[in-house]
Amino acid sequence: MNGALLEIRGLRVTFTGGARPVRAVDGVDLALARGEVVALLGESGSGKTVTLRSVLRLHPEDRTRIEGAIRVDGVDVLSLSGEALSDFRGRVASMIFQEPMLALDPVYTLGDQIVEAILRHEQVTAREARARALRLFEHVRIPSPERRLDSYPHELSGGMRQRAMIALALACNPKLLLADEPTTALDATVQVQILLLLRELQRELGLAMVFVTHDISVAVEVADRIAVMYAGRIVEIGAVRDVIRTPRHPYTAGLLATRAHGGRLSGRRLATIPGSPPDLADLPPGCAFAPRCALAVDACRAAAPEPVEVGAGHTARCIRAERLPTPA
Amino acid sequence: MSAPLLEVRGLVKTFPARRDLFGRATSVVSAVDGVDFDLYEGETLGVVGESGCGKSTTARLLLHLLDATAGTIRFEGRTVGSRELPWKAFRRQVQIVFQDSYASLNPRLTVAESVAFGPRVHGVPRAEAEARAHELLARVGLEPARFAGRFPHELSGGQRQRVNIARALALQPRVLVLDEPVSALDKSVEAQVLNLLLDLKDAFRLTYLFISHDLEVVRYMSDRVLVMYLGRVAEIGPTEEIYRASRHPYTTALLASMLSMDPDRRTEAAPISGDPPNPIDPPPGCRFHTRCAFAEDVCARRAPAPTAIAPGHAVACHMSVAGSGHSRAPARAA
Repeated sequence: MNGALLEIRGLRVTFTGGARPVRAVDGVDLALARGEVVALLGESGSGKTVTLRSVLRLHPEDRTRIEGAIRVDGVDVLSLSGEALSDFRGRVASMIFQEPMLALDPVYTLGDQIVEAILRHEQVTAREARARALRLFEHVRIPSPERRLDSYPHELSGGMRQRAMIALALACNPKLLLADEPTTALDATVQVQILLLLRELQRELGLAMVFVTHDISVAVEVADRIAVMYAGRIVEIGAVRDVIRTPRHPYTAGLLATRAHGGRLSGRRLATIPGSPPDLADLPPGCAFAPRCALAVDACRAAAPEPVEVGAGHTARCIRAERLPTPA
Repeated sequence: MSAPLLEVRGLVKTFPARRDLFGRATSVVSAVDGVDFDLYEGETLGVVGESGCGKSTTARLLLHLLDATAGTIRFEGRTVGSRELPWKAFRRQVQIVFQDSYASLNPRLTVAESVAFGPRVHGVPRAEAEARAHELLARVGLEPARFAGRFPHELSGGQRQRVNIARALALQPRVLVLDEPVSALDKSVEAQVLNLLLDLKDAFRLTYLFISHDLEVVRYMSDRVLVMYLGRVAEIGPTEEIYRASRHPYTTALLASMLSMDPDRRTEAAPISGDPPNPIDPPPGCRFHTRCAFAEDVCARRAPAPTAIAPGHAVACHMSVAGSGHSRAPARAA
């Protein structure tokens, strides 16, 4: 894509620290325009978080092999090292995590952490940095922001901590926000508030955002496009409406069908996907979903399917996509 | 309705939160504060609420995994923990399945040994307990020839949860308490386990107390729903009535927080702001009043008692109690 803010090409991530190398990401291509939100949707082990962390190079260097290319705003991320990598993190792209308690430093006040981040990247005085931290806290709507800047992370409720982490991530005006299940640990009434806040900030600041989640309804709520991952590959990607209404990969279709939704008619059972997600250290040849797929034929087990265009900007890695029923 | 199988009255649990120099509690967490409910034979009662609402503590109190500070539990009219029904006898009737399928299995026991363990403790001879374990494994979809000799770490999360369900059934209980049984599972596996639970309920004529934070799953599984907020019952009633016409403002806000799954109907405004308050020093009066759009003076002063508003549907809200002093309360009946 021309002018893409984030461009991932042929990303493969292999962890080599264990007894057997594990390929957690196996050929991911993804491009995001400025201001665009893409949800990476998948189950545990699908490679969604590993993909996200690769963009900030958060994997341990000595135990990880990364192949392919990642460019963010023209920067070749995989070639960065030392100072250049530190400059990149936080200023061009930054990340928010599922557990703010693990991402925030427990022994510094929230204000100090934000001020430190600003001073690390920019030539401003401590006073200016503090003023900006206050504006950030107002922006993420933390009540009594002045007082909260002097709080320690443990003094805040879960939702407030998540807001503080968002403020920290935005401190140096990044262009790309990487969100790793930021609402998964939150209660329903708080999750909605954080999703709305993220959507609003993203629009207002023109941020591009990659949002990792296992929850389709969260993806639908925040994203322009959804990329469904399975066993290290993007198996389907397209505009939210297209993926939700006309899924073209049997795994996506299965996920949508198995959702408990509405009341239970007497005796009715949920549709299921048989089996369980595969072992990444022992993947079958061909399509990794084939062993669980009702539509699988011999050709599926022979070679991993290439992405097939199934609609405008909508592709699926499935050679049997046309066999899926089209909703009325 | 017939007499309840299980009656819970005035259940209270406090934990010391801070202690002084001499180990005396100086402040307490009021985790469960006067919870009443009935469980009827053959039903599924769903329990929903956010973290800190006391739903898991309630489950643990029921099983006597925690000592209640106050309250009584009656099973078929007999008081549990008394001479008429000692805890050990009660526990044969009521078993629990936890969220963490791994932590709840002994890593050194094979799957079949885990399932047979309970009956052995209760005096069933080894051969009989093992034969029954194999039967149960087959019943939960784990072929005994393949799985009986495996250890927990050799199984997937979904398979481990099936083992936990088999183990819970080993004593032939009549009630299963299911505490977030599918919350740790991948979505593609969740539906399999929910279907299994429905099948087993029919096959063994079980009664379920189904605790979950997932409002879609609770709606799907439950006949009635109990909504908890900060240790108290906010609302209880038939599932569809609760989901279509909830009467407690908290229930309404909680249900409105469910995401639509429709890109053309995204949430535009959060139903309530802020987080649930800390259960240490909870708000006085109605515990929800600090977040409630309809709160008035009376709400901060007095805790509303659960009040029946329709058959089987009770609400703890001053707006539903005639003569409560809330401006939206119905006029006192003649």
